[in-house]
Amino acid sequence: MPLDLSVPASLVTALLPDLIVMGGAMALLLWGVWRPEGASGRPVGVGAIGVCLAALAAIAGMAVQGITAGPGPIAIDNFRWATDAVILVGTILSIALADDYGRRAEPVAVESHALTLLAASGMMLLAGARDLILVFLGIEVMSVAVYVLAGINRRSARSAEAALKYFLLGAFSTAFLLYGVALVYGATGATNLTAIGSALAASPPGPGSMAVIGLALMLVGFAFKVAAAPFHMWTPDVYDGAPTPFTAFMAAAVKAAAFASFARVFMEGFGPVFVRWHSVLWWLAALTMVLGNLIALSQRNLKRMLAYSSIAHAGYLLVALVTNTTEGAAAMVFYLFAYTLATVGAFAVVMALAEGAERPQDVREWSGLFSVRPLLAIAMAVFMLALLGFPLAGGMGFFAKWYLLQAALKAPAPQTRLAVLLVITSVISAGYYLYVIMVMFMRPRPADAAPFPDTPAWTRSVIVGAAVLLLALGLYPSPIVRWARSSSLQPTTATGVPSTPEALRITAR
Amino acid sequence: MIAEALFFSAILFTIGVVGVLTRRNALIIFMCVELMLNAVNLSFVALSKMHGAALGQVFVVFVMTVAAAEAAVGLAIVIAVYRHFGTVELQNINLLRG
Repeated sequence: MPLDLSVPASLVTALLPDLIVMGGAMALLLWGVWRPEGASGRPVGVGAIGVCLAALAAIAGMAVQGITAGPGPIAIDNFRWATDAVILVGTILSIALADDYGRRAEPVAVESHALTLLAASGMMLLAGARDLILVFLGIEVMSVAVYVLAGINRRSARSAEAALKYFLLGAFSTAFLLYGVALVYGATGATNLTAIGSALAASPPGPGSMAVIGLALMLVGFAFKVAAAPFHMWTPDVYDGAPTPFTAFMAAAVKAAAFASFARVFMEGFGPVFVRWHSVLWWLAALTMVLGNLIALSQRNLKRMLAYSSIAHAGYLLVALVTNTTEGAAAMVFYLFAYTLATVGAFAVVMALAEGAERPQDVREWSGLFSVRPLLAIAMAVFMLALLGFPLAGGMGFFAKWYLLQAALKAPAPQTRLAVLLVITSVISAGYYLYVIMVMFMRPRPADAAPFPDTPAWTRSVIVGAAVLLLALGLYPSPIVRWARSSSLQPTTATGVPSTPEALRITAR
Repeated sequence: MIAEALFFSAILFTIGVVGVLTRRNALIIFMCVELMLNAVNLSFVALSKMHGAALGQVFVVFVMTVAAAEAAVGLAIVIAVYRHFGTVELQNINLLRG
C-alpha cells in the first residue's frame, strides 16, 4: 500500500533511515563533547558504524516490505534504497579509516564521525529527494559537512587550503544550481519532479527559454558536484589536500549521492525534454572520460592520480545518464557499488603507507612494495584492476563496465560512439593503473628506502574487506546484479507522463 | 514589475559570477557568492508572485537558512586558512598543485 506523504506519520516512516542517521549524528556529537578529554575515540567510531548498520537494516526492512509512496517530495523506490546502501557502505568504510587516521597521524577530533554521519544523512536525503527544495537541502547538508571534513586537520595548511577551495567552488556551484531551480520553478510553477515532468511534457511547442536556461544552469551545478570536465578543476587539489579518509569519502559517497540525484532530477523531472539535454550531457561525458584519463597519465602523486581517475569514472557514469533508461540507472548503481569498494580500498592503501598526513606521496616511493608488504601490494593491484575494469582479477569492476556498455548499446537511442570512447579511454587508463602495479611488483626496493609504517587494524580490515568483496562479487555477481536491476528509476517520457492528481492540478493552473 | 525584478536579479547574479571569476581575495569571492544567492532569492520571490503561490517564498526561507549555515562554516575555514598562510589572497595560497 503506498504511503500518503501528506500525513506526518507516514512521512516519518518514509524518512526512517535518514532520521536514524541524523539522530545518530546528533547523539554522537553530544557523546563526543561529554567524553573526558583524552579518552580513546574508538567507542565513538564503533557507535558511528553502528548507526550506519542500523540505517542499513531499516533500508533492508523497508525494501523487503515493499513500501511505496505516491507522488510526494520523497521517493520510496528501490533506486533510493540501492543508492542509500552504496552511500552507507562508503560511509562505514570511511569512518573506519578516519578512526585509524585520528589515532595515528594527526589529531582528528571525534566530531569527525558525527560530521561524516551528518554528511551521509544529507546524501541519503538527496538519493530520495523528488522535490527540488529537498535536492537543494540534501546537497547543502552534505556539502557543508564535507567542507568541514576537508579541513578537519587543523594543523595542516594543505588541509585548510583544500577546505577553502572546496568551499568556494562548492558554494559557487550551488548558486548556479539554485538559479537553475528558480528558473525551472518560474517556467513550470512547481518544484516537485513529477509535476515538473508533466508541466514540461504538456507545453506543446516545447519548453520555453526560461526552462531551457534553468535546465542548463542546473546541469552546470550538478556537473560541478560530480566533478565532470570542464568543471573538475577543484577535484585534484581538494582530494590531494584533504585528509585521506575524507578524500575516500568524497570520492565514493559524495559522488554516488550526487549522481543519484543527477539521475533522478534529469530522468524524472526533465525526461520529457530529453532532446534538450541529451547532446550537452553527451559532450560532457566524452570530455570527462578523455580529459580525466589523459591528465591522470601524467600524475605521479598518488592522491592526485586517484583524483583524476575519479574524474574519469564520473565520465563513465555520465554515459549511463545519457542513455536515459531504467537499465542505465541500474547499471549506474551497480557501477557505483564497484567503484566505491575499489576507490575507498585504494585510498585506504595510500593511507596505510603514508607515515604522515602532510606529505604528498609519489608512486615511485612504492617501488618493490610487493617484496616488503605483499598483501598490501596484492590488494592495491586488485583495486587498480577493478578500476580498470579488468576481467577476473579486477572482480566486480569488469562487470560494472560491461553493464554500463550494455546499457549504452541497448538504449532506444544507442550510444555506440560513447561506448567506443568508453572502451578506448579505459584502455588509456591502463597506462596509469598498470603503472602502479608495475612499480609495486617489478621494481626493486631501494636499499635506503624508509620502512613503511604498520597498518592499523581497522585499515587492514577495510582493505581486506573491500578486496575480498570485489573479487567474490566478481566471481558471483548475480545477487548484486539482481539488486541493481530492481532499482527501477523510470524516466518520464513525453508520451507516458504519470498522470497524478497533483500533477494534473498543477498543469491545470 | 515582475519582469524588472527578474532582469535585476539576472544582473545581480552576473555581477556575482564576474566577481567570483575575477577577484582573488577569498572573502570578496565569498561575498560575491552571497550576492549570487540573494539574486536567486529575488528571482524566487518575483516568480512566486507571478505564479500567485507561496512555494517560491518558502524556498527563499530555506535558502536564507542554508546560506547562514554556509557562511558560518565558510568564515571558519577562511580563519583557519588565515592562521596558516597569514593571508586570504588566493595567489598566495598554493601548496596544492601538480
